[in-house]
Amino acid sequence: MDSVGNIIIYFIIAIAILIFSFKAVTSKKILRAATYLLFVLLGTAVFYFQMGYQFLGAVQIAVYAGGIMVLFVFAILLTHKPNEKDAPLRTHRKLWGVLVSIAAAIVLIFAVFYMPLIHGFSLVDCLSASKEITMHDIGVAFTGGDKFQYLLPFEAISVLLLACIIGGVTIARKN
Amino acid sequence: MKLTMLWYLVPSIIMFVCGIYGFMTRKNLIAILISLELMLNSADLNFVIFNRYLFPGSMEGMIFTLFAVALAAAETAVAIAIIINIYRAVGSTDINEVKQMKF
Repeated sequence: MDSVGNIIIYFIIAIAILIFSFKAVTSKKILRAATYLLFVLLGTAVFYFQMGYQFLGAVQIAVYAGGIMVLFVFAILLTHKPNEKDAPLRTHRKLWGVLVSIAAAIVLIFAVFYMPLIHGFSLVDCLSASKEITMHDIGVAFTGGDKFQYLLPFEAISVLLLACIIGGVTIARKN
Repeated sequence: MKLTMLWYLVPSIIMFVCGIYGFMTRKNLIAILISLELMLNSADLNFVIFNRYLFPGSMEGMIFTLFAVALAAAETAVAIAIIINIYRAVGSTDINEVKQMKF
């Protein structure tokens, strides 16, 4: 039995995600589409907080809503001529898009409803069954080399980010 | 009323399907990238949901999502660099006008 506040927050965020993710792919103005994407990402962060992953929610807000959205806005403003009246986004293959997404929705809904344990536990049971994840646990998991510890992927990610910085600068540099 | 796994999976499905629709129908490269981010975000959300409901004692899904967020940032940065370069070369970000180097 979950608390009423949790359920109310869930419904607000779920409806917001429904509306904004739909608007993010159908909006005619690209800056608005990026803003709707930002709202979807923030709603996902609220879901992470609700499920007890505070650090992950903070990372979602800082990296996605902070970093990636700024990149998007930069790119949008760089690829539109400043004094040109912004042309509406055009679409194509609308019928194919609708058909493929409906097919995907049917497959996913069947997969979800035939999954075992789908009605099993409520959120409050799972939250009480797990101990709280502290920063110490996350730090140990990221900097150890044993089982369930991830030093090697962590270092690989840092090399990848360096490669992306160099690659991005090289590609986007003039000539 | 119980907040079961299904309740969280449904917004994830909606996000993913919207992402597919946008990926199929948009003509602007940045709009396509926005749809891609929606799909990626729904996959991240799924990792966290399954971690919380099926394996509440461990945190492997959360760590995988942390890595996926870092990867998404890297991928977006490179993709946007490529799009800006395309805009410089072609003068537009419409996919129908990017015909050179198609094959």
